[in-house]
Amino acid sequence: MLNIVHMWVNGNEVELAHDPRESLLETLRDRLNLTSVKKGCGVGECGACTVLIDGVAVDTCLYLTMWAEGKHILTTEGLKGPNGELNPIQQAFIDEAAVQCGFCTPGLIMTAVELAGTGKKYTRDELRKLIAGHLCRCTGYENILNAMEKICGAGS
Amino acid sequence: MFDIEGYYEAKSVEDAVRLLAEHEDAQIISGGTDVLVKLRDGKDAGGSLVSIHEIRELHGVRLQEDGTLEIGPATCFTDLTNDPLIRRYVPYLGEAVDTVGGPQVRNQGTIGGNVCNGATSADSAATLQTLNAVVVLQGTDGIRRVSVTEFYTGPGRTVRRHDEVCRAIEIRPEDYAGFTGCYMKYGKRAAMEIATLGCCVRVKLDQEGRTIKEARIGYGVAAPTPIRCPVTEAALAGCSVEDDRIYEMIDSGVLGEVRPRSSWRASKEFRMQLISEMARRALKEAIRRSLNGEAPGVAAQDGKGGDQAC
Amino acid sequence: METVGKSFTRVDARGKVTGEAKYTNDLMPKDALWAKVVRSTIANGVVKAIDISEAEKVPGVVKIVTCFDVPDIQFPTAGHPWSVEAAHQDVPDRKLLNTRVRQWGDEIAAVVAKDNVAAERAARLIKVEYEEYEPIVTIEEALSEGATPLHPDIRKDNIFVHTSFKTSPDFDYDEAKKRAIEEYGEENLIEVSETLRTPRIAHCHIEVCTSWAYVDTNGKVTVVASTQIPHIMRRVIAQALGWPVGKVRVIKPYIGGGFGNKQDVIDEPLNAYLSIACGGRCVCLELSREECVSQTRTRHACKGVLRGLATKDGKLLAREGDIYTNKGAYASHGHAITAGITTNFKDIMHDEYGCRSDGYSVYTSSAVAGAMRAYGVPQAAFLADCLTDDLCAKGGFDPLKFRMDNCVPPGFVASNGITYYSYSLKECMKRGAEFIHWDEKRRAYANQTGPVRHGVGMSIFMYKVGVYPISLETSSARMILNQDGSIQVELSATEIGQGADTVFSQMAAETTGITMDKVYIISTQDTDVAPFDTGAYASRQSFVTGKAVKKCALELRARILDYASYMLGRPAEELMIWQNNICEKIHTGDAAEGTLHGDGTLQGDGPEASVCAAGTGTGNQAAGEAAENSAEANARKLAFGGSYIDNTRNDGSKGESAKYSAWLDGEVKEYDIHDLPNGEAAILRDTGVEKDVKPGKVLLSMQELAMNAFYSLDRSEHITAEVTNHCKENTFASGCCFVDLEVDMPLGKVKINNIINVHDSGTLLNPKLAEAQVHGGMSMGIGYALTEELLYDKTGRPLNANLLDFKIPTAMDVPELHVEFLEMDDPMGPYGNKALGEPPAIPVAPAIRNAILNATGVSMKEIPMTQQKLVAAFQEAGLI
Repeated sequence: MLNIVHMWVNGNEVELAHDPRESLLETLRDRLNLTSVKKGCGVGECGACTVLIDGVAVDTCLYLTMWAEGKHILTTEGLKGPNGELNPIQQAFIDEAAVQCGFCTPGLIMTAVELAGTGKKYTRDELRKLIAGHLCRCTGYENILNAMEKICGAGS
Repeated sequence: MFDIEGYYEAKSVEDAVRLLAEHEDAQIISGGTDVLVKLRDGKDAGGSLVSIHEIRELHGVRLQEDGTLEIGPATCFTDLTNDPLIRRYVPYLGEAVDTVGGPQVRNQGTIGGNVCNGATSADSAATLQTLNAVVVLQGTDGIRRVSVTEFYTGPGRTVRRHDEVCRAIEIRPEDYAGFTGCYMKYGKRAAMEIATLGCCVRVKLDQEGRTIKEARIGYGVAAPTPIRCPVTEAALAGCSVEDDRIYEMIDSGVLGEVRPRSSWRASKEFRMQLISEMARRALKEAIRRSLNGEAPGVAAQDGKGGDQAC
Repeated sequence: METVGKSFTRVDARGKVTGEAKYTNDLMPKDALWAKVVRSTIANGVVKAIDISEAEKVPGVVKIVTCFDVPDIQFPTAGHPWSVEAAHQDVPDRKLLNTRVRQWGDEIAAVVAKDNVAAERAARLIKVEYEEYEPIVTIEEALSEGATPLHPDIRKDNIFVHTSFKTSPDFDYDEAKKRAIEEYGEENLIEVSETLRTPRIAHCHIEVCTSWAYVDTNGKVTVVASTQIPHIMRRVIAQALGWPVGKVRVIKPYIGGGFGNKQDVIDEPLNAYLSIACGGRCVCLELSREECVSQTRTRHACKGVLRGLATKDGKLLAREGDIYTNKGAYASHGHAITAGITTNFKDIMHDEYGCRSDGYSVYTSSAVAGAMRAYGVPQAAFLADCLTDDLCAKGGFDPLKFRMDNCVPPGFVASNGITYYSYSLKECMKRGAEFIHWDEKRRAYANQTGPVRHGVGMSIFMYKVGVYPISLETSSARMILNQDGSIQVELSATEIGQGADTVFSQMAAETTGITMDKVYIISTQDTDVAPFDTGAYASRQSFVTGKAVKKCALELRARILDYASYMLGRPAEELMIWQNNICEKIHTGDAAEGTLHGDGTLQGDGPEASVCAAGTGTGNQAAGEAAENSAEANARKLAFGGSYIDNTRNDGSKGESAKYSAWLDGEVKEYDIHDLPNGEAAILRDTGVEKDVKPGKVLLSMQELAMNAFYSLDRSEHITAEVTNHCKENTFASGCCFVDLEVDMPLGKVKINNIINVHDSGTLLNPKLAEAQVHGGMSMGIGYALTEELLYDKTGRPLNANLLDFKIPTAMDVPELHVEFLEMDDPMGPYGNKALGEPPAIPVAPAIRNAILNATGVSMKEIPMTQQKLVAAFQEAGLI
């Protein structure tokens, strides 16, 4: 039997029928076509499905859609400006060549958005710890850290 | 999708207890970072879930009148680490849970789940052992309090009954005031890890900072359940912190009190090596913190973070 | 060059940072059925019966097929070009589902259902009856007396192939040792004899292996798949189904990493079959992460039984190795990787007397080994470079000097004819040593005491580009001029994250004269329309497909200029394309004066000209030279570092002189190579950028030209170019890794304090992307050295097939990664470039191992050097 969830997704109020057995990952991808939310493992080991729920980075593969009732969800699709402008973090990822296969990228960008949102500045080692919930096999994290440092690094 | 037959959102602890009693196939889900992983793996497939995810009263850390810290079991690891009371009075507990998985998992996973899943590798386990933390369980028959030192009955097994919900984890002032501590997690990589070994050593020194008044040593993964090392703890009491023999004492002492097993994750021999070495290092750090004046007093309920003398 | 060599941002970067780039499952129809593969719960045996009666009752189940239902067709899966010679064809040794199970998790049945829950429930209810044999997980078990042959129809025992390579046919290690004793005296020799091991590891691309398949209205089975090799996958699916290739269509969207795992065909043929079995409905077959780690492909575990002999003054005399690789249950890439390990082990060092290396690829009842980044060379480098450092440790040699004195020399020609044309290996070593402060650190780290020790270590490698001459290298490209003067570029060498689309776009822009912003590369391959290419592997794309891009761009340019000539009423030779305009061509410099042809393929021979005309166009004439060349006549020229030499092959004669360049002692030096071993090896490189010319007056914009070409009532012409390039050239890339680390011995923890890879990869096409590639390879190398290893229990069941227990590095496990390049034009590369994609992963693990040796004196014999293994080794050595 389907359940109705009311939530805000990328600023829009959404009322959606879903199967109570669904993860938020599945609901966002399959019912709202928000395919930036990637599935890499299904068990919270890779971070590719990270979105912000009420401003906090969460692995949506381990989050039941039932829990999203009343929550504010932000995915990478929600970062673009009205005229297609990129968020500074997205631009930094482009400029620093922090993108390769691109599969981990939206998740990492959401963590970067969360960190930028705190207004704090982080050291490189702090950033390493804060992105350790995202696995990337292409980049060795070097340019990802460079991109994040540009936005919320201690020297930025 | 997860293979569940029923899903029930509990509105309160009482509601959760009732739902559990009504549904024998149901298990509690809080943060979901353990339960959903197991469900996906086909374990408990076809069962039901009673969610305590949305019960607000189970979140956060509170101070009781007598200085007891009351930790809401649905408090996620991140919130616990950042909680002012935790940072002030039991910072090593916050440090311990800050080693769980990665940030996203710490934003979801809860301290209650970490305790109630009965895992010896839980990152809070060694520290809570040294704190003599009390698990407050509420069931159909009412509320009971169980010390974590008596909570575990085997790997993945605890004294919690099917219809019981953990409604708090309490840390009493006599267990934290005057103590410093250090938790060391040993993993194969620096994040996204299950502990190969977890070790917490806590000390309370005399006024002059010369003598160990009390030492507490807790381990995860050094036995099928989290354990303490009471014999070595007793031996360390009264020893001078300036005497390097304390490190040899802890080093060899703990080896007689642990029961690690060989598994594909690590051999018994390797774990024994870590058990000694980490105890030594954690003791050193705990003492350093005490000498640095980091030991707290008893928390006062004035909300201003003022300590009572201990 | 104007565009090539510049750090353009990726053409797909915006799509990827916005999450708009579509990967396989992002495109899946919402009504797709869900397939679940049922896997064997034994590692070795035969399925006697399968009972699906309970499973069929699960609501939502649409179809269940078992190993007793599938066509009786065996097929190969390797992402290799097909060989038209039967003896060289990949071995067909599996069916869509197998009754003879050869690994834990072998595919024996499949359930298709309306959703994953129904499919998984049904899969759990399927009852299987087996006849069980002893599992054979290790090489030793597979080779032991009485071991069950896993493929008795193909091989009588579990040795899939054994090959033997020697530097000369009469070389024998023991004979060489006798000779050395006579020549130097036994007391003046150092010998090391050891067995080294490397682990089986998983690729761990973050997008799992996935596909969805349906039968289209035209009857074609269409498979949308996360693959590196769409055209090869098409052929393999056809082979597996027994269908004509034309009735199979493969579509490859963006893919979330491959690293060689997706250079194999995994379950896509099964998925095609399932769709057909369900009446053509769309079926999704997404592997779980666990399946992806343990049931797709792996890097070959390898055991090397090695000996090495050197003089006490540091001259390498002889080596030999018997190298065994664990192939797992099926042939996959056959013996190619094992052969690569053995030849590379032999070639990386120069042995005064010689070297023998024998390779055995061994079937075992465990996960299939296939392609993985650098295709055997990481194993080869580990074997060769540990042996080198152990010789150094025993003889008291400085490992850097020993390598400088004994490594592969400039101008090296491999037994198969591959020539090391542009050489900067020693300069790379020099640079790496400077960066890490080698001499200073070696001195500082001598005679350490205490629980924490420091060490520096190094490793070198060489890597051939692409697969020629061992296998076919062929590639097609298509370019289409749009009405606004922009172009489409279409290829089938796939973008898998490495940046291929970006550098191909740069190449097209470079050679056509159309700017990057007007070059649109089509990233998705659809085998119904995309030109043929064998795909992304062997670090071949920028080299092999790059040549096709260049050839196509030259052809397009010639057609554009031909049309411009018609529009302007001026000879095409007087025109050039410059930044989207047709301009007058102004000649500068003497060399090129009056000698350039309309197709632009000609170059001057002045000292600045680094390139010469290629045998790719029609008629060429080299500036200042009387010689007439033509592709048809097979005339070739070679250009090296500023000069070129005729190497006319049309009369079949050999002995033309050729040159290679080596970067030695800080400067580029030229050397002659006599008797080029392979007449096909020499082809001219031409960037398509004319030297000694500059644009003059703008005569016409590309847009005007294009509109006319499309709509002219007088001469309407849709300007396109489509070419095939059969590449018969090769060269070697090389490089090194230097690392400075500390070892906390009581805890077995290794902390890398400084690390650098220095690469000799020819001219860089895009420095920033090149550097990023190296970062990724280094991180992979660190995991290979310290933590990554697939483990099995004694029944052959994988123990750690997930991203929690299979330890790829997190951001906290990787140090700051330093990268340098020594760029030297390689004459074989289309733009002076040579391989880079795979090599970064090669030298890191042996460098770390050798640094641990330097730090502790403990010579680790296997990777990963896990904390537990290190602690045991330190305990054994009495260090803790």
